[in-house]
Amino acid sequence: MADTATKPSVPTAAIDAGKRDFLTLTATAFAAVGVGAIVWPFIASMNPARDVLALASTEVDLTPITAGMAVTVLWRGKPVFVRHRTAEEITAARAVPMSELKDPATDQSRVRRDPWLVVVGVCTHLGCVPLGQRPTDVRGDYNGWFCPCHGSHYDGAARIRRGPAPLNLPVPDYTFMSPTQIRIG
Amino acid sequence: MAIGLHDSQVKNPVLRWVDQRLPVITMIQKEYGTFPTPRNFNYFWNFGALAMINLMIMIATGIFLAMHYQPNTAMAFESVERIMRDVNYGWLIRYVHMNGASMFFIVVYIHIFRGLYYGSYKAPRELLWMLGVVIFLLMMATAFMGYVLPWGQMSLWGAVVITNLFSAFPVVGDFIVTLLWGGFSVDNPTLNRFFALHYLLPFMIVGVVFLHVAALHITGSNNPLGVEPKGPQDTIPFHPYYTIKDTVGIVVYLMVFAALVFFAPNYLGHPDNYIPANPLSTPAHIVPEWYFLPYYAILRAVPDKLGGVILMFSSILVWFALPWLDTSKVRSMNFRPVARMFFFLWCVSFVVLMYCGGKPAEEPYVTVSRIATAYYFAYFLVVLPLLGRFEKPMPLPESISRAVLGIKAMGAGPLPGGAATAKPMEKA
Repeated sequence: MADTATKPSVPTAAIDAGKRDFLTLTATAFAAVGVGAIVWPFIASMNPARDVLALASTEVDLTPITAGMAVTVLWRGKPVFVRHRTAEEITAARAVPMSELKDPATDQSRVRRDPWLVVVGVCTHLGCVPLGQRPTDVRGDYNGWFCPCHGSHYDGAARIRRGPAPLNLPVPDYTFMSPTQIRIG
Repeated sequence: MAIGLHDSQVKNPVLRWVDQRLPVITMIQKEYGTFPTPRNFNYFWNFGALAMINLMIMIATGIFLAMHYQPNTAMAFESVERIMRDVNYGWLIRYVHMNGASMFFIVVYIHIFRGLYYGSYKAPRELLWMLGVVIFLLMMATAFMGYVLPWGQMSLWGAVVITNLFSAFPVVGDFIVTLLWGGFSVDNPTLNRFFALHYLLPFMIVGVVFLHVAALHITGSNNPLGVEPKGPQDTIPFHPYYTIKDTVGIVVYLMVFAALVFFAPNYLGHPDNYIPANPLSTPAHIVPEWYFLPYYAILRAVPDKLGGVILMFSSILVWFALPWLDTSKVRSMNFRPVARMFFFLWCVSFVVLMYCGGKPAEEPYVTVSRIATAYYFAYFLVVLPLLGRFEKPMPLPESISRAVLGIKAMGAGPLPGGAATAKPMEKA
């Protein structure tokens, strides 16, 4: 920095300025990469841990669920509604014209096997659990589910019909292991 | 300062609007930008900044560990193992936190060594030094309680031994111990409150560190010559000179830290702490973490329970009195050849105590500990008070610039940020 030269000539000063810019930019770039590399593990540590992911699937035995009956199972900490629908319920769900639906979806697209409706029982408005699973519950104006928090009505295919919720109750990933057994997740 | 908007010099209109109402930018510029700092720092002056960085690393990793840790005796050990195995990068965060404690003590011990060697505790920096001792005591309490949290064998039995220290005090001893435990032994209530306090104390450290730095910025830094700056020719602005010098130190420090974390993460720990706590069986050989070994050796050097505890606490409390025990007016040991010998001998006694503290309580370690303990205290209570009277120090340089530049210092020092406008006096 402090050379014996008392007055640096212009070209030297220009070269020095260029070198300084290069050093500043490379140092800043490396610092940014370093900060990113440090922040990454901290953020990642807040994502689901391996033991949480290992519990991400739930199996349900369908044999005890008779027609007209519904059960609620826990999957990833959330309720999943499994309903054994009667023939009338299926017909009613399929008779609804698409134009009446807020989030249009056919009943066929929401089931794997006709009598069995499997949906995540979390209202798509703000996350409450809708009523309608127990025989004594209010089932709303469309004979499906009714969310008491803010008054969303779902129909027999768990599609949103009225109220503030924007979407149908989502269908989780599930497969039939056998005609009487499903695995969710 | 007058009431009304601050007369801000900031160019950017938005920042100036803020600075006029809350002059933080002016404050940072004054305290870390143009702050006049002695021009002759060596690398020992990095360690305050390193300790600050280390404290931030400990708080950051600690907060993220607390998101996964369970302060309950039934779950604590397994929750730590879960952090190591299941939580994404949990092993990294925990190893950084664990070795960060060791790094913190390494850094702070060097920081204290620097203060002792260069007489940074002397007037007018007595309160600065005492605040530092308070920080060190808080650090020790925090480190001890943190070591209890994994709830391994060393956690449990370390907690049993250390809390029982307080039972040595007559009359109130048992009351204090029961209060610490929240029961009749070190158990779930103890673990639960230690976790709460382990989370609290670092923020108290942050508070005292703020006072430590505030006091530093009143008196200004000491320097290797121990001669106060006499004018602008003796100082340089903190930025960019010492921000850069501190950055060099931080890079080296992080390299050592990373080497420890990635290549020897358990080297400084004790394997017994990977055995779950068992209140029915004490491990054969209980030792504290390495940074507590000297005090542990002092405790064991005394054949009396209360005496040992008192001497152990005194070994640090005596530091509070150091500014008045050292009667010499000369700060830096560079100019006190006799005191320097005694000081290095004190450092040896400290290392010897650290070694003996890690050995079983048997001969020859007990006798060696006793000799080292005697010298440890004699240095503070006998050597330093007397030396100030009898020692003949070497002549002090007239000023920092004269000693550093080796020529007759005249004129002003370099202007702030004026590296480009090199003055002929900067290098002779």
